[in-house]
Amino acid sequence: MNFGSIDPVLLIASLMVAATPIVLAALGELVVEKSGVLNLGVEGMMITGAICGFAVATETGSPLAGFAAAALGAMLLSLVFGLLTQVMLSNQVATGLALTLFGLGISALIGQDYIGVKPPRTQPIDFGGLGDLPLLGPVLFNHDWVVYLSLFMVFATGFFLNRTRAGLVLRACGENHDAAHAIGIKVVRIRLAAIAFGGACAGLGGAYLSLVRVPQWTEGMTAGAGWIALAIVVFGAWRAGGVLLGAYLFGGMTVLQLNLQAAGVALPVEYLSMSPYLITIAVLVVMSARRRTRLAAPAALGRVFHASS
Amino acid sequence: MLRRTFLGATALALGLAAAAHAQDDGKTKVGFVFVGPVGDGGWTFEHNKGRLALEEEFGDKIETVYKESVPEGADAERVMTQMALSGADLIFSTSFGYMDPTINVAKKFPDVKFEHATGYKRADNVSTYSARFYEGRAVQGLIAGHLTQSNKIGYIASFPIPEVIRGINAAYLAAREVNPEVEFNIVWAFTWFDPAKEADAAKALIEQGADVILQHTDSTAPQAAAEAAGDVYTFGQASDMAEYAPMPRVSSIIDNWAPYYIERTRAVMDGTWESQDTWDGIAPGMVEIGEISDAVPPEVKEKALALKEAIAAGEAHPFTGPINKQDGSAWLAEGETADDGTLAGMDFYVEGLKGEIPN
Amino acid sequence: MPGRAAGMCGMIALEKRPQPSRLWALATPLLAVLLTMIAGGLLFALLGKDPFAAIRTIFWDPLFDPQFSGYSRPQLLVKAGPLILIAIGLSFGFRAGVWNIGAEGQYIVGALSGAAVGLALYPYDGWIVFPAMVLAGLAGGIAWAMIPAILRAYFKTNEILVSLLLVYVAENLLASMAVGPLRNPEGGGFPGSRNLAQWSGSANPELIAGTGMHWGVVAAFIAVIAAYVLLARHMFGFHVRLAGQAPRAAGFAGVDPARLIILCLGISGGLAGLAGLFEVTGPAGQIGIDFNVGYGFTAIIVAFLGRLNPIGILLAGLLMALTYIGGELASFMLDIPMAAIQAFQGMLLFFLLAVDLLVNFRIRIKRREIAP
Repeated sequence: MNFGSIDPVLLIASLMVAATPIVLAALGELVVEKSGVLNLGVEGMMITGAICGFAVATETGSPLAGFAAAALGAMLLSLVFGLLTQVMLSNQVATGLALTLFGLGISALIGQDYIGVKPPRTQPIDFGGLGDLPLLGPVLFNHDWVVYLSLFMVFATGFFLNRTRAGLVLRACGENHDAAHAIGIKVVRIRLAAIAFGGACAGLGGAYLSLVRVPQWTEGMTAGAGWIALAIVVFGAWRAGGVLLGAYLFGGMTVLQLNLQAAGVALPVEYLSMSPYLITIAVLVVMSARRRTRLAAPAALGRVFHASS
Repeated sequence: MLRRTFLGATALALGLAAAAHAQDDGKTKVGFVFVGPVGDGGWTFEHNKGRLALEEEFGDKIETVYKESVPEGADAERVMTQMALSGADLIFSTSFGYMDPTINVAKKFPDVKFEHATGYKRADNVSTYSARFYEGRAVQGLIAGHLTQSNKIGYIASFPIPEVIRGINAAYLAAREVNPEVEFNIVWAFTWFDPAKEADAAKALIEQGADVILQHTDSTAPQAAAEAAGDVYTFGQASDMAEYAPMPRVSSIIDNWAPYYIERTRAVMDGTWESQDTWDGIAPGMVEIGEISDAVPPEVKEKALALKEAIAAGEAHPFTGPINKQDGSAWLAEGETADDGTLAGMDFYVEGLKGEIPN
Repeated sequence: MPGRAAGMCGMIALEKRPQPSRLWALATPLLAVLLTMIAGGLLFALLGKDPFAAIRTIFWDPLFDPQFSGYSRPQLLVKAGPLILIAIGLSFGFRAGVWNIGAEGQYIVGALSGAAVGLALYPYDGWIVFPAMVLAGLAGGIAWAMIPAILRAYFKTNEILVSLLLVYVAENLLASMAVGPLRNPEGGGFPGSRNLAQWSGSANPELIAGTGMHWGVVAAFIAVIAAYVLLARHMFGFHVRLAGQAPRAAGFAGVDPARLIILCLGISGGLAGLAGLFEVTGPAGQIGIDFNVGYGFTAIIVAFLGRLNPIGILLAGLLMALTYIGGELASFMLDIPMAAIQAFQGMLLFFLLAVDLLVNFRIRIKRREIAP
């Protein structure tokens, strides 16, 4: 066996990139779920973001415009879900799944002319000499702006949910919407805003895949990342920091198993490919044995709200 | 009970066949069943290009229909049956997993011709066809062996099936021929299609010192990873991936199905179609070598083209002895070339490759 | 001046009906299909296709076209069978608040274990082979579902997440089985198992020629009836409904939550496993790398479209199957990209879910109070 050729610093740097789409999408879904809504359509919103971002970035030559379009496109799609579940009071699980189906279809339709096209590159930010620092350089100072944005969003989301009044109001909707309504909170409006935010974040995550990580457009290219994002929200016990940890752990396992293979470590490959999922389950079991995590789920998650008065 | 079912099925088949014939309007109708979306940029994309070439060649004399993203199994059987019912005269089923469904449907429609890609089961109205991609792999291997400075070549593989294993062996033998020090690091992605995972696999290989990446997966993700890393060379797979030329993509293997599709359709129109097994390589143009870019030194390019010509002319075979299997046992004696049967079912590495084939 | 317009027309408000409307319960699916035809027609027209031809090909041709219907009508059952079987199983858990999202994984493992038993007995073809495989398929699906069940019941681990992650594990397992232990030894090294449908011991053939009925479809019909009886007449059905609507009351009524979780996941896993087994021995014929085609996920939609009601699920399953088969026809007859068909299916689901509102609510136009 030869672990020698695996460089832990480079490994951490790559897992940060690998996990970024999931971090973004999961943060959005975290806010949605905190407001008491379960949107299973993350995959559909991500792929819609991926194509909107790709199309606009290649047409304008600006990745930044691409990311903005991705957020906007996926947000529009998420509002279909919002309209159905919040106004038409449809079942959230089924509507979310339908959203994924619709998103996969519509993205493929939009993307027909973008196959085999190379998008403009998103360069790493130049921190001068800092990127060449040993150890810290590759991990902290050699990424593109979206990676830093995702880290900032982790902090901002955590701060918003726990330290601001608006965050408190949002959480109140998620814990008990009837009580929240009784004290004059506009539950539906707040949830719609949360859903839109969730859509925008998923769109950014999708665009990161199509513009930076892969970068190309092909139908169905998110290949399940949206589902993983959903799992990571639960895994992170509905906390922003937990989401980051979960996404990095999952991304880390994926990158590590490929690195182990590349290093020629003699482990059965089929079990290595399963390992990110199995380890996520194992960690989850350990965590859920703790009472604190168990209580973290928003109490009104997935319930239909209708103000009867 | 079983007997009655079979009798019933025959009666139904006759009814279906009659229905299919009622629909003839003089045009030859050609159906295609695709496993992925036509927008996958790889395997299905190239098959669909073959279909479009067919339309261009014959114009009004034919009509083509296709159905994309058809899962293997029951869905494939239904799609093919419906195509036959709609009056198709010739149906190309373009994935290995369509093998048994193709045979089943062919039994029900004896007058419709079927062409199944990459399989081995034939019938009076079922032909099989496949491409000798390993010939292209050998050319890639030669270029890769010359280009590598670190003597480490990364290989992103999909699933451990003969087609993929054959490609690894062919590339390795050709690379070792020109560079005895060369080593292959193989990553099994265990997926046909997950661009993000392909990107990660390419990165992992590059970080561990590989400076040439070969891929048997269809996305351009590894090309982009190589471009970002700097001086890493890659090869296009399935389609040319010219958008990454001249660096990192220095050449490519292109699946070119158009000539075969045109030839077989013409045979149906002429009434000369017969069941056959086609396994074509570089010579008839089913496997194309994409332009070798200027990033490759001219003398290497010359050698690569010479190998390509020799393979096309039948003077060179990528699997020419002496070759031992990985465990050291003898496989091919001096000057002996591999027979198609062994190649078709190849499930072993050749000597010198490290690691085990999963399973 | 939107403000003024709203003021003049009044405001739309929802009022909960004391009882769900029976009339609307029957009328909403038709309304949804109609709305989808209009919206979908627009989509097809935008793509430059004849909207009327497209809609007719999707909804009419598979059922009544002389050229296709003889074949595609029975195929509806073949396609709907696994969807209905799995959705029935899921509906118990969904009623009780037990969220099995991983039926796809249980479907795979059911097929794998059933096929493994059959292949181990090959070439023996006594009558016992098929029943043994059915039992193995059932057991495989249950066993896979027991992982999230036990983790949820005793460690309070979220079952949505565990069952979902286990789908990916099952897919990896499937791939390694298809190229490894279950590979056909006479298949020249190619991936995939022997064809189970072509070996009389394990075959699950069409029982009456030209009907599409195989054992899986029979099982789906039995499941519909059994679920109907269980929910309407049995204590278990009562507990399930109680746990979903009023968990606390369920506790007082003596419902053991751990037992309920294990039962619900066991039923859904078992039925998904059976669906996998019947598929691999019949319509699909063999274990291959890509054996699973998403029935487990689509069944979740079917369960909700059917309002978690057995008869509803039966109809929803048939409708989904119709859009698949009709969509397929439209795709190659009219050269419509599959993506458009997918978007069309998504629209149908959106409309079905949206108009469901009318069953439980009444739409009222309220006069808006004019602000001074």
